[in-house]
Amino acid sequence: MITQGEVLETNRMIEEENLDVRTITIGIDLLDCIDPDPDNTCDRIYEKVTHTAEKLVATADEIERRYGIPIVNKRVSVTPISIIGSAGCHIANDFVKIARTLDRAAKTLGIDFIGGYSALVSKSMTEADELLIRSIPEALYITDLVCSSVNAGSTKTGLNMDAVRLLGTMIKDTAGATKDRGSIGCAKLVIFCNAPDDNPFMAGAFHGVTEGNSVINVGVSGPGVMRHALESVRGADFETLCETIKKTAFKITRVGQLVAKEASKELHIPFGIIDLSLAPTPAIGDSVADILCEMGLEYAGAPGTTAALALLNDQVKKGGIMASSSVGGLSGAFIPVSEDRGMIEAVNAGALSLEKLEAMTCVCSVGLDMIAIPGDTPASTISGIIADELAIGMINQKTTAVRIIPAAGKKVGDKVEFGGLLGEAPVMSVNQFSCENFISRKGRIPAPVHSFKN
Amino acid sequence: MQKKVVITVVGKDTVGIIARVCTVLSGHGINILDISQTIVSGFFNMMMITDISKSDLSFDEMQDILSETGKEIGVDIRAQREEIFDMMHRI
Repeated sequence: MITQGEVLETNRMIEEENLDVRTITIGIDLLDCIDPDPDNTCDRIYEKVTHTAEKLVATADEIERRYGIPIVNKRVSVTPISIIGSAGCHIANDFVKIARTLDRAAKTLGIDFIGGYSALVSKSMTEADELLIRSIPEALYITDLVCSSVNAGSTKTGLNMDAVRLLGTMIKDTAGATKDRGSIGCAKLVIFCNAPDDNPFMAGAFHGVTEGNSVINVGVSGPGVMRHALESVRGADFETLCETIKKTAFKITRVGQLVAKEASKELHIPFGIIDLSLAPTPAIGDSVADILCEMGLEYAGAPGTTAALALLNDQVKKGGIMASSSVGGLSGAFIPVSEDRGMIEAVNAGALSLEKLEAMTCVCSVGLDMIAIPGDTPASTISGIIADELAIGMINQKTTAVRIIPAAGKKVGDKVEFGGLLGEAPVMSVNQFSCENFISRKGRIPAPVHSFKN
Repeated sequence: MQKKVVITVVGKDTVGIIARVCTVLSGHGINILDISQTIVSGFFNMMMITDISKSDLSFDEMQDILSETGKEIGVDIRAQREEIFDMMHRI
């Protein structure tokens, strides 16, 4: 039988160390909503999304109450809209109509975000893909809950540099369109390499075309729990450190597995995956950077950070994999700057630069995340940053992503506030040298030699 | 089949906390399977494993009643389904 010590440990994790389930995300296939008339497409999408996820919020609340574990976000992801709109959308504004429909459906459901305003263009773009990408600034301006993502490269296809170039401009335009709200539109736009089909986390969640009709994916959290566990092994050897991380990751993931299974049963929707990522929040103590500091770094970004993060990420996976029947999504340690108080402090202390963050993304999911840069950064430089990050993913056969905010009207040293889970971002300096002539080249960077495995 | 609920009571120690909680539970047909209690630096800490399968209350009603009882005697009473602890601490 369960002991008092075990009960106290679990409840301490929840009450004092911010243990929560970050999100229950229902993936919904929209392929049957395709229609030559964009208005019909919108009607079908609204009907299907609001019907399929009708009980999501109530069920999540019920599970939260039953087990005393907070479920922070309820979300929906849908099939990439560039595919769904391909038959009916002939101008960018047709796609914007779909964005508005998704936003309306999300508000009807009472969920936190809806993802999948997306295009998969890792090799090249169809007309619909390009129209959707060009509609992103407007779509993110007029909606509140819609999240957008573009897969612009993969290990198998190489990098679509035409898309990367266009996205640099679209990110700038999105920042400009949402200037009066801290350029928040960019916080809801992710550029991927090797995007997973089953990611429950925003802004990059979409329901991949390889998925079934609907699926439940769950993202766990727990940086605070991990940091607290590591407090007890200060000064211990690496073996002890690794064992502690694995055991803690196991416990965190088991809670996610329980919630996922319950949600699946109650909603009659198949369980997909648990995403093992340690996801920080701006709350005090809920920080991945704090874990790195607890491992022995003065600040995140100090020499040794990449090694510490590599160790953390690997051990979290090793501990988490056994705790769940199916692991997927991004499954790594997230290192967003604005959403992690420890990261913000590291930037403010001068310990953490964009270049170091780039190095850190080589060993963890997902990438350059929630980083504010000066508003006057040229589009080509943003494309260059994206290309660098996607190249890391392409060569290392892993997911990488860029969610960067060229904060309109802001310069280095300023601060951008988004509020809620998105937090606040110090504006970081960017290398001033130009990559204009490189980025303006047409075509794509071919797939690396190690992609030819057949 | 048993439907196990873990009840935890935390708060300042006073006379009769256990008696009060047990009275509420027995009044609603909730069976206590295990009980342990400690005082940690002046704070009362109790855990009970109960079976609510024969209770006249739903889980939600039981939570509400216990929460009210806790307020009356100045302690925090939580009720959680046992599975979360089983999942986390048992392979």
